Amino acid sequence: MFRRAKRFFHREQSTPYLLLMPAILTLMFVVLIPLIFSFYTSFTGYRLVKPESLYDWVGFRNYQRIFADGDFWAAFGRTVMFLTIALNLEFLFGLGIALLINRITWGQRGLRTIMMFPMMFSPILVGYQFKFIFNDNIGVLNNALQALGLSNGAIAWLVDEFLANFSILFAEIWMSTSVFAILLLAGLFAIPRDPLEAAKVDGCNSWQVFRHITLPFLMPFAFIAMTIRSLDVARAYDIVDVMTGGGPAGRTELLWTLIARVGYDNSRMGQANAMAYVSILLSIAFTYYFFKKLVAARKYMGGAE
Amino acid sequence: MTRGQLRKRVGKVATWLATFILMLVICLPGIYVVMTGFRPNREVLAKPAIWVPEVFNLDNFYKIFGVGGEQVAIPVTSYITNSLIIALTSTVIALLIGMSGGYAFARFRFKFKNGLFLGIMLSRTVPGIALSLPVFIIWSRLGLIDTKPGLIIVYVALNVPFTIWLIDGFFRQIPKEMSEAAQVDGCTRWQAFWKIEFPLAKSGIASAGIFAFLTSWNEYALASNLTRSTDSKTLPVGLMDFTAQFTIDWAGMSAMAVIIIIPALILTFLVQKHLIAGLTFGGVKG
Repeated sequence: MFRRAKRFFHREQSTPYLLLMPAILTLMFVVLIPLIFSFYTSFTGYRLVKPESLYDWVGFRNYQRIFADGDFWAAFGRTVMFLTIALNLEFLFGLGIALLINRITWGQRGLRTIMMFPMMFSPILVGYQFKFIFNDNIGVLNNALQALGLSNGAIAWLVDEFLANFSILFAEIWMSTSVFAILLLAGLFAIPRDPLEAAKVDGCNSWQVFRHITLPFLMPFAFIAMTIRSLDVARAYDIVDVMTGGGPAGRTELLWTLIARVGYDNSRMGQANAMAYVSILLSIAFTYYFFKKLVAARKYMGGAE
Repeated sequence: MTRGQLRKRVGKVATWLATFILMLVICLPGIYVVMTGFRPNREVLAKPAIWVPEVFNLDNFYKIFGVGGEQVAIPVTSYITNSLIIALTSTVIALLIGMSGGYAFARFRFKFKNGLFLGIMLSRTVPGIALSLPVFIIWSRLGLIDTKPGLIIVYVALNVPFTIWLIDGFFRQIPKEMSEAAQVDGCTRWQAFWKIEFPLAKSGIASAGIFAFLTSWNEYALASNLTRSTDSKTLPVGLMDFTAQFTIDWAGMSAMAVIIIIPALILTFLVQKHLIAGLTFGGVKG
């Protein structure tokens, strides 16, 4: 047995598996095994305050409960809405910024570096920063509006349902647009000149060139950005946690803040894990979708070369 | 001036104006927070607002670090130490694991290659808060809650997928023939790696490291649930110490924000060129 294992590890073909072993072991220990465990937990009535309830098998009761739970569906809908609006706007703004910076020749390097700063900020800092700016009493936004005479009273940016969600979206877009801008800019740099010039010779106007040559070429870069973004969309939890904590009265509750509330604050771990599973499937679906699109776009580009 | 020239000039002015507004939106919020870090609370809270700072000093930082006999209310120094230890250790380990994994993906053909790559990437999609629930339960049974190793292991796993993605891309840019030539000349594969491929990919690997460091340095969702005390609390978690139930120490919090931002700014400046190259090569050239 031992000799056979030894022989396996000495063969040339097993080298890549050996090299990947540390990565696989780490991910198994921190991600895979906990996920299997949480899948089990989602079928129990586990509460943090009662350790013995870990063995209290309740079948699908947690799942039945969340599907009948209005708060859960409200948070779910808000999360999907939030992601759709945020990712689309980030793509549009990112495209605009990339096209803009691409036109500038003087000082472009500096602009590119500055553009990357929000991406490197801690989400918790971004949240804090905008909590401060949107604060109804001492926030700089309300102060400015009052000083300019545009509003009399204090606008409750983080209390009103629409404004609070707007503020959080603003923070999220501020933080993540640069991912799109930077990758699309890299795409613009990589565009071959020949097709652009050929199209111009053939009498295309600049909109047609953009629509039929530039944009298709940029799509793989957009999908890389989407894939990277779908890996970290849940960072929005940090922003919401600092800015509003999901409140007031659940008006800004996203799936992730709801999970934290049910799991840690109410200590209903079984229920929270069932919700967490829904959020994990949502994230995996997002990533898988964009990854497939990326592979398809890559094939398309490879075929055109 | 002809019409064409006029149009060109208007276009130029519009471009610069748009860029100026863009930079304003990106920079102003950060500048405002940084400035608040140097102002006293009574000025921040003043009504009507004081627009031009009258007092501008380091008092908030003295308070944080207890310089000049100031009472230290929040142990920021130990948060900084914790953050540094945890982020640095997890970065080094993630880089070693990522180098070996990235090399495997860049240089070998093997069964389940695409499946494994996708699997490793998908492990990163699990939202931090969803992962924190089972990890919290298991870690508390293993006694890893509120310890530095507990958080380090988690951050290594968090960083490995992206590190592999980036490093795979950097290795792929190096022609295979170079290390093959070295092997023909009598190097072992191991020597060829350290003498040929590693030096060529070094700057790329360094930027993957900086990216991993920043991920750990900035992480909040897991850290806020897996840490409890000064033994392991990191800076982002410590930032929340400044908020009480109904009052927030804006000036102190902003001063701490400055401390968290500085490494991010410096490292971003160092990493920017390689990061873009790594992301696009890793992603586009399949």
